[in-house]
Amino acid sequence: MPEALNLIDDQRPAQKDAALALLDALESRARYPGAHRVGITGTPGAGKSTLIDALLRAFRARGETLAVLAVDPSSRASGGALLGDRVRMRSASDDPGIFIRSIAARERLGGTAAGAQAAVLILASVFDRVFVETVGVGQSESDVRALVDTLLLVANPSSGDALQFMKAGLLEWPDLFAVNKADLGAEASRTHNELESGLAVTQPTSGDWQPQVLQVSARDGRGMEELLGALDSHRDHLARSEALAERREAGRLAHLVGTLRERFGSRGLEVLGGSEALLERLRSEGEGATFSLTARLEAELDAHLAARS
Amino acid sequence: MSDSKAQERDRPWVFRTYSGHTSAQASNALYRSNLAKGQTGLSVAFDLPTQTGVDSDHPLARGEVGKVGVPICHVEDMSALFEELPLDRMNTSMTINAPAAWLLALYVAVAERSGVDPNQLQGTTQNDIIKEYLSRGTYIFPPEPSMRLISDMVAYTVEAMPRWNPINICSYHLQEAGATPVQEIAFAMANAIAVLDAVQARGDVPESRLPQVVGRISFFLNAGIRFVEETCKGRAMTEIWDRITRERYGVEDEKLRRFRYGVQVNSLGLTEAQPENNVIRIVLEALGVTLSKKARCRALQLPAWNEALGLPRPWDQQWSLRIQQILAYETDLLEYDDLFDGSHVIAKRVGELMEAAQAELDRILEMGGAVAAVENAYMKQQLVVSHTQRTQAIEAGLLPVIGVNTFQESADSPLTQGEQSILVVDESAERAQVEALQAFRKRRNEAEVEAALQGVRDALRNGDNVMPPSIRAAKAGVTTGEWSDALRELFGEYRAPTGVIALRREPEGEEIEALRSRVHQLETSLGRPLKILVGKPGLDGHSNGAEQIAVRARDVGMEVVYDGIRLTPEQIAASARDEGVHVVGISILSGSHQVLVVDVLEQLREVGLGELPVVVGGIIPEEDAERLRAAGVARVYTPKDFDLTRIMGEIVDVVSEPRAAA
Repeated sequence: MPEALNLIDDQRPAQKDAALALLDALESRARYPGAHRVGITGTPGAGKSTLIDALLRAFRARGETLAVLAVDPSSRASGGALLGDRVRMRSASDDPGIFIRSIAARERLGGTAAGAQAAVLILASVFDRVFVETVGVGQSESDVRALVDTLLLVANPSSGDALQFMKAGLLEWPDLFAVNKADLGAEASRTHNELESGLAVTQPTSGDWQPQVLQVSARDGRGMEELLGALDSHRDHLARSEALAERREAGRLAHLVGTLRERFGSRGLEVLGGSEALLERLRSEGEGATFSLTARLEAELDAHLAARS
Repeated sequence: MSDSKAQERDRPWVFRTYSGHTSAQASNALYRSNLAKGQTGLSVAFDLPTQTGVDSDHPLARGEVGKVGVPICHVEDMSALFEELPLDRMNTSMTINAPAAWLLALYVAVAERSGVDPNQLQGTTQNDIIKEYLSRGTYIFPPEPSMRLISDMVAYTVEAMPRWNPINICSYHLQEAGATPVQEIAFAMANAIAVLDAVQARGDVPESRLPQVVGRISFFLNAGIRFVEETCKGRAMTEIWDRITRERYGVEDEKLRRFRYGVQVNSLGLTEAQPENNVIRIVLEALGVTLSKKARCRALQLPAWNEALGLPRPWDQQWSLRIQQILAYETDLLEYDDLFDGSHVIAKRVGELMEAAQAELDRILEMGGAVAAVENAYMKQQLVVSHTQRTQAIEAGLLPVIGVNTFQESADSPLTQGEQSILVVDESAERAQVEALQAFRKRRNEAEVEAALQGVRDALRNGDNVMPPSIRAAKAGVTTGEWSDALRELFGEYRAPTGVIALRREPEGEEIEALRSRVHQLETSLGRPLKILVGKPGLDGHSNGAEQIAVRARDVGMEVVYDGIRLTPEQIAASARDEGVHVVGISILSGSHQVLVVDVLEQLREVGLGELPVVVGGIIPEEDAERLRAAGVARVYTPKDFDLTRIMGEIVDVVSEPRAAA
C-alpha cells in the first residue's frame, strides 16, 4: 500500500497510466458505503494531532483499522515542505492496524493536496476509517469537505477562534465542531456558546443534519465517547439517506473541476461546457472513471490549446 | 600576596565536573579520584535510560546504558555510586529532571541507611522540566503533572531538607538551543515564576514559608564566549530576580532574594576542528561568570576540551579542574570587591539586557506564563529562529569561529592522535548492568515492592506529596522504570511541539537557488518530489541539530517528514516505508550510534528497504564513522560539518547515485 501511494504521486508516463488503471479499478470495486472518511481541520495549535491521536486509540480499541492522511502546506519559495509533527501522533506506531502518511499540499493554495483524492481512495479501500488532517482557516475547509463524509472542525478555546470562523464564513461547512481542551473549563464553555450562537444564524450546507458542538479534552479524555458517538451518528445519518452518495459524487466532481481549473483556469472549464456539463459526463461514465476521465479531459484541453497556437 | 590579604580572600565557588559513565562502581571510582585531585563538589551525570525513566533492560535502553552517564536502576546502584563518600559533607548536584523525585528518594534512602539525616544533605536536583520540553528532550510527562511533581519536591525539601536546592532553573540548555542573552534571561525568569506560582497554587506550603521556598530556588546558567556580555547577563539576572522576588512574592529578607546560580560553560561553541583551542575558550568563559563578585557563580563545571570528539578521559577532566583551581587559588581574583561597580559601560549593557528581557518576560506572562508558552510552542519557535540565525551567520562567515570558518589551516595536533584519545565505554558494561538488575529483581521481596508502588499510586491519585511514598518505594527495592511507569499510568506521556514550523522565512542566495533547481530536476527521474525522513533513534533528546537539518532540507525544496525524538529503529523503518521517502537522515549525540545505526539499517532491510540510503549525524569519532560507512551508511556528519547547504547537496548526490543492492 505505501507503494500504491508512491505510484499515484509518480509523474512519469508509464507510472501515471498504471496509477490511473489502479484508481479506476479501486473506484469501480469500492463497496458502498465502505470506509468512513473523516476530515479534521482547525487553526494551528488547536490540538488536532493530539485529538487524532486520542481518536486513533479509541477507535482502535474497538478493533477498527485506521489511516491518517496528514496534509501540510508547501513553501512557495522553495517548493519544499515540513510535514508532520507526527511526533504528536505516535500512540500506536508499531501497530499495523494504523497507517499514517504525510503529504505536501504542493501548489494548491487552498491547502489540500492535488493527490489527496486518490490517496483517500486507496486508504479507504484498505482501512475501516480514514482521517484527513489539514491546517487552515478560511481556505481549505470546502476543499477538505469534498474529500470526506464528515468534516470535524477543532476549535481552540479562548483564542477568539469562534469569532474568526464566523468572520471567515466557515460555520457552514463542518458537520461537527469540537472545542478542544475542555479541561480549561470556562473558556471552553464560552467558545462553545459562541459557536452555537453563530450556528443559529448560519445556513448549514449539510441538508437536514444539524451541526453539533461538543467539548472534548484529548488530555483527560473528557467528551471523547460523545465525539465517537457523534462521528458514528453522522455517518449513519448519511448512509440512511441519499446524502452520502450525493456527497461523494460532489467530491468526485470537485476533484475533476479542481484539477482542470488548476491547470487551465475557468476558461478551460468553459471550453468543456462548464461544471454542469462536466457533472453530466461524470454521471454518464459511471463510477470507476473519475481519474481516467480527468486525465482524458486534460488531454482534450491540451489538444485544444495546441490547435489554437 | 601579603598575609592580611590572604585572610580577606573570598571563598571560592564549588568546583565540579559533570561526570558519570559505565556503571555505579566505575563512576564512584571516578568521583573519588576527582575529589582527591581537589574537586569540591560532585555533579552526577545519569545515563539516558535513567533520565527518561526506563530500566537498563528496556528495549529503548539498548545501546544507551552507561553511555552519557551512570545507570541508576535501584537503591543498590545509588548506594554503590556513593560508596565511602561522606554524604553529610558532600555537595551533590544531580542532573535529573522528569524522574527527579525518584532519584532524590533514592539518595535520601541511601543517606538514611548510612545514618545520615536528610536535613544534613546538601546539593541540587536539576528538576527543570520546562527546558526539557524546549531543548534537552528528557521529559516524560505532560507539563501539568510535571509541575505538580516539582511542587511536591519543593514542599518536601523546604521542611525536611532545608539545605537542598529542589530545582535548578536552567537557562544553560536554552543557550545551547540557540537562545540570545535576552531570551535566556526572560525564559529562565518565566520558568522560575511558573514554578513558584505552581507551588503557591498547590497550597502545600504555608504562605509564611514562601520566602524560604524562594530562597531555595537556584539557577543554572551557560557562559558563552562573548564573556563581557555574559558578565552583564549575570548582573542583569541578579537584579531582575531581586525585583521579582520582592515585588511578586513579597520576600523581605535580602538573603532569600539572592540570585544563586551554578554554571556549566558553553559546549555549543566547542569545536571539533583544532580542539586544543577549546581550552582557551573555556578559560575565557569561566572568567565571564567569576569576574564580577556581585554576580559570581556558586558552583562551576567546565567541560573538557575534547567534548566535541567523544567522551573525555580522566586526564581531560583534570585539565579543566586545574583551570578552576588556578583561577581561584593562584590569581588575585578573589581578593577584590566587585570589579565593575561604577563602570558606566557595564551598567549600560546590563540596563539594555534588563529592559529587553523584561519586555519578553511580560509577553510570556501575558500568554499565561512559561507552561502556556511551551504548549503553544512560542518559546520553542523563538529558539529555533535564533538558532537558525546563528547557524546561518556561521555559514556566511559573519560569526567567526576560529579553526572552523576562518583560520582553518593547522598543523597536525599531537593531542588527538591515536585510538586512546577519547574514552570508549566498554560495550560489555550494558550486559553486566542488565544482568545485575535482573538478579536484583529476583532477590527483592515482591510483596513489599508491590505495596510500595501502590503507595506511590495512591499518593498520586489522592493528591498527596509524592516524596514520602517514593522514599519508601526506594527502600523496598522498586526500580526506576517501575516508579516511572506508575506515574505514566496516571499522567500519560507527553510529546512536546518541535517548533520547526515557525521558520517561514527561507534563506536566499545563489548556492541555495542552485541546489533548489537540482532538487527539482531530480523530481523528473524520481517521478515525484524528493522526500526525506529526519528522526532521532534512542533516548537522546537533543533535537536542535535534527531540527536544523529538517528546516534546511525544506528550504532547498525537499519534502521533509520530521519524526522527532525517542524513536525505536523499528519505528524509523516503518515510517520510512509508510511515508515513501527516498532517504533517511538520523541524528545521535549520545554516543550510542554504533548499536542504533546498525539496528536501523537492519530494520530497513527487514521492511524491504535495504537499498534506501541512510545518512547519519552526531558526535562520531572517525574510526566509528569508518565502521558505519562499512556497514552501509551513505554519509556521516560530525560537528565540524557546519555547512548545512553542503550537507544538503551531498544528500541530493546520495539519492541520485545508483545504489548497489545491499
